[in-house]
Amino acid sequence: MNAITLPKPAKVNEDNQNDLSQIEITETVGNIYADDAKMSIRNANIYYGEKQAIDNISLDLAKNQVTALIGPSGCGKSTFLRSLNRMNDTIDICKITGKFTLDNEDIYAKNLDPVLLRARVGMVFQKPNPFPKSIYENVAYGARIHGLTNNKAELDEIVETSLQKAGLFNEVKDRLNDPGTGLSGGQQQRLCIARTIAVSPEVILMDEPASALDPIATAIIEELIDELKEKYTIAIVTHSMQQAARVSQFTAYFHMGKLVEMDKTEDIFTHPSHKLTENYITGRFG
Amino acid sequence: MTKLNKNSTVSQPNDSTASITEIVTLGLKKRHRKEKRFKRIGLSAVLFGFLLVVILLGDITSKALPAFHQHWVKLDVNYQASWLNIDENSTKGVTESELAQANYRNVLKKSLYQMLPEVKGRSDKRKLAQLLSTNAEFTLKDSLIASPSLFDKQAQIWVRLDDDVDSYLKEAFPIGEAGLRLNQNQAQWLAQFTTSDRIESRFNFSFFTSGDSREPELAGIKGALMGTLLTMFVTLLLSFPLGVAGALYLEEFAPKNRLTDFIEININNLAAVPSIVFGLLGLAVIINLFGLPRSAPLVGGIVLTLMTLPTIIIASRAAIKAVPPSIREAALGLGASKMQVTFSHVLPQAMPGIITGAIIGVAQALGETAPLLMIGMVAFIVDVPSSIVDSATVLPVQIFLWADSPERAFLAKTSAAILVLLTLLLIINLTATVLRSKFEKK
Repeated sequence: MNAITLPKPAKVNEDNQNDLSQIEITETVGNIYADDAKMSIRNANIYYGEKQAIDNISLDLAKNQVTALIGPSGCGKSTFLRSLNRMNDTIDICKITGKFTLDNEDIYAKNLDPVLLRARVGMVFQKPNPFPKSIYENVAYGARIHGLTNNKAELDEIVETSLQKAGLFNEVKDRLNDPGTGLSGGQQQRLCIARTIAVSPEVILMDEPASALDPIATAIIEELIDELKEKYTIAIVTHSMQQAARVSQFTAYFHMGKLVEMDKTEDIFTHPSHKLTENYITGRFG
Repeated sequence: MTKLNKNSTVSQPNDSTASITEIVTLGLKKRHRKEKRFKRIGLSAVLFGFLLVVILLGDITSKALPAFHQHWVKLDVNYQASWLNIDENSTKGVTESELAQANYRNVLKKSLYQMLPEVKGRSDKRKLAQLLSTNAEFTLKDSLIASPSLFDKQAQIWVRLDDDVDSYLKEAFPIGEAGLRLNQNQAQWLAQFTTSDRIESRFNFSFFTSGDSREPELAGIKGALMGTLLTMFVTLLLSFPLGVAGALYLEEFAPKNRLTDFIEININNLAAVPSIVFGLLGLAVIINLFGLPRSAPLVGGIVLTLMTLPTIIIASRAAIKAVPPSIREAALGLGASKMQVTFSHVLPQAMPGIITGAIIGVAQALGETAPLLMIGMVAFIVDVPSSIVDSATVLPVQIFLWADSPERAFLAKTSAAILVLLTLLLIINLTATVLRSKFEKK
């Protein structure tokens, strides 16, 4: 896909269609509603100090489906994803308004502990970030801090099934006590996924999980995401449109902090309704 | 140049490329020269530093060596009952308390005069007795109490020589040399002892097993060493947990506002306060206000904690800051609480850096003298301290005290004490390195 730079200002008058700054984003086109929504977000606004990073976004995450969030760098998709399990809470200057629900429960409610929320909504990060501990400890950590089990045999079981679900068990079963940081990049990312699964979350948020990996490792992760959706609701931020097309059922296109278009993935990639979406997925910019 | 010209003729159209190569080649020589020059300067700096260390250690070690052995003399001691001032005709036999209270000084002198019958006159006799350490009579007493069968019999006992005699034998100074209070006659008597094989040089165990003394041949390092260990124990016990807790709070939990900024500035200022000021604070607050005992390792430790704390906090904060945020996010994303993130991920990762900071702080405190002078740890203390509230002194202060003493033998003792201090420092640094690598492996 050839990235074409934005037209220079001189050309604006010649070809008004391509001057993206002149295309007004008024309302999200397509369909933001899901029949069976696991999470619903309505009128979300996120500010970093004075700067508004997310501007009035509403969407649903369909249960047991993969929703891809795409868009150019700096469009706010990662910020939005992190607001879904309150990871932005740690940033002092970050302010969030709007209604975020998980199974019709307000996740920003005063009496809801973010620790509990994060046990239900797990996260996988862009850069593989295993703890500098053994592979076993990496996976067991979540289960242990939440007190999911007190018994060694059960913990072993959790570790094994999580690693199996993440497709890593056969590769590491003989060296569970080796440090997790000694694995290859792709294995580390699968270890991080296994670590997230071990807590048995309901939703998994993935922030560009394959962007630091080679094509083979990426393919393994994508296959894994496809299997995981049987049990989990997944939201994935990605820069790769092919990846979004391959793994997701729904796609949301973000632009400058706004949600431009959201629809079924096959619809968005075959006949996008909005000019900006079309430009982006055809590689006109971004 | 000719080579470049050749190249440019081969690739005619690329004239500009050739000239760039030329420019780079010209500059390259200069750059390499700079690099070489810098390498030489760096290497000579390292060598110079190394040379200074070697000179320092060599000088101290050579001066300290005499302190590790001392001369003893073998006396023919006659434990005569009358000399001991004990009634030999007593029906009950000799009791232990009689032995403990007997006059050993008399036995020592009389035995000495018997060995050298040619010594006549009060003044000469006194000079003869002065060859022996003041501790000699106690050596006699201890040997008799250890084996009471020697009572009223002749025995050969080794006793210490006086420090001036010891220095004379070690250094072979000519008689009358400044600082040695030895006259011609005494030298002659010593020569007599030497020819009859009665003088022996032994390893100076008492240097490591006894406390300070006014007599150099009896003075030992153990009191100061124990004082230092106890003080460091208190310092580490207080400053490490306080420093790490403070750093963790400031880095991980505290809101970023004016108050925390103010605290941060003050911690940095605290690190720059002259140490004697902490000593004054200790005197005014800890001793006078809270009434803790003077000269005690407890007070010394508290004062040194004040001094060490900023160092540990600053180093710990740097180490905590260096923990990658991705680790925190990973743990938070799994639903770990702030506390769990801090203690099971941030702290272990920051530990090597924190330990380095703590060791730097403690090493500083180890060599600190000024604040301890203010709280009375400069006193002359003979007893080896056994708890943190006993009166004590520390190694650097002991070095200062000995360096100040007029007796020649204290010269070697001073150097030996410096060696002990340096060895302690080395042990602490080694421990830190081992701990560091252990934490890094995890």
